[in-house]
Amino acid sequence: MESDKTDLLIEKYFQGETSIAEEKELRDYFSGLNVAQHLEQYRPLFGYFSQAKEQKFKQKIPLQSNKRKVAWLSIAASVVVLLSIGTYAYLNNNEAHEQNLGTFDDPEVAFKETQKALALLSNHVNTGIESVQYIEEYEHSKNLIFKQ
Amino acid sequence: MNQNEFVELIAPFKDKVFRLAKRLLVSTEEAEDATQEVLVKLWNKNESLNTYNSLEAFAMTITKNYCLDQLKSKRATNLKIVHNNFTDREAGLQQKMEDSDSMSWVEKIINQLPEQQRLIVQMRDIEQYEFAEIAKILEMNETAIRVALSRARKTIREFMTKTHSYGIG
Repeated sequence: MESDKTDLLIEKYFQGETSIAEEKELRDYFSGLNVAQHLEQYRPLFGYFSQAKEQKFKQKIPLQSNKRKVAWLSIAASVVVLLSIGTYAYLNNNEAHEQNLGTFDDPEVAFKETQKALALLSNHVNTGIESVQYIEEYEHSKNLIFKQ
Repeated sequence: MNQNEFVELIAPFKDKVFRLAKRLLVSTEEAEDATQEVLVKLWNKNESLNTYNSLEAFAMTITKNYCLDQLKSKRATNLKIVHNNFTDREAGLQQKMEDSDSMSWVEKIINQLPEQQRLIVQMRDIEQYEFAEIAKILEMNETAIRVALSRARKTIREFMTKTHSYGIG
């Protein structure tokens, strides 16, 4: 590029009237080796413009909103599952209770039934006591061996 | 739109967003945070992204507004040191190293310009946007942009000739 033309371009450049193409021409001129002595001072300026364009954004982009939606969806699903299991169990329990409530209208029958139930209970308690008697046997034989 | 599509969509201009943020905020870390913030904002608009005819211009506008807000809130909270004549007259070692590199001189000069001129220089001289695009992003008219750009370039030239002749003399 002739020096005169470059001078004109530079002047136009500082007036803010150059086009993108003309500015590219200037950048190319200053990145070359044949820069006129009196224009040398502008070399760092255009050099910087090219250099500054090389900076890159290297961080990761934190895009979470989509994942958050999935998380909410799974939370909602688990709540639904828990609720359905809960209600199912609750209803089942209720039915069982209604079947075995065991209420009696006649007090005499009720008395008999209670006695029966208590007898059953004491029987079971006695089976427990029988086994305790073994321990007494142990105590006995222990006393035989370890005479004080 | 899924994540991969979105990443592809922003790939052509995410570096430009970062560089614009860095031009205004200067610190790399802050610029990175700002870029992430802007991209997340775009991602949250996900469904309506297709309605913008120029997503890049829209992203640049968001970036500009976000960074200016950041600067404003920083200025409001920061205490200013009134007496700033305590500093060492002799330039530090790092300063000297930087000064020897005239490219970083240019960066320093540009970063001293008013915010609006910085934005315009960044978009025109570095990203090579057309005036019409800059006008759209900054919501200004083209003549005003040309004037601000010329003013900015002349200020840079003034500083540069000063340092240049300083180097010789």
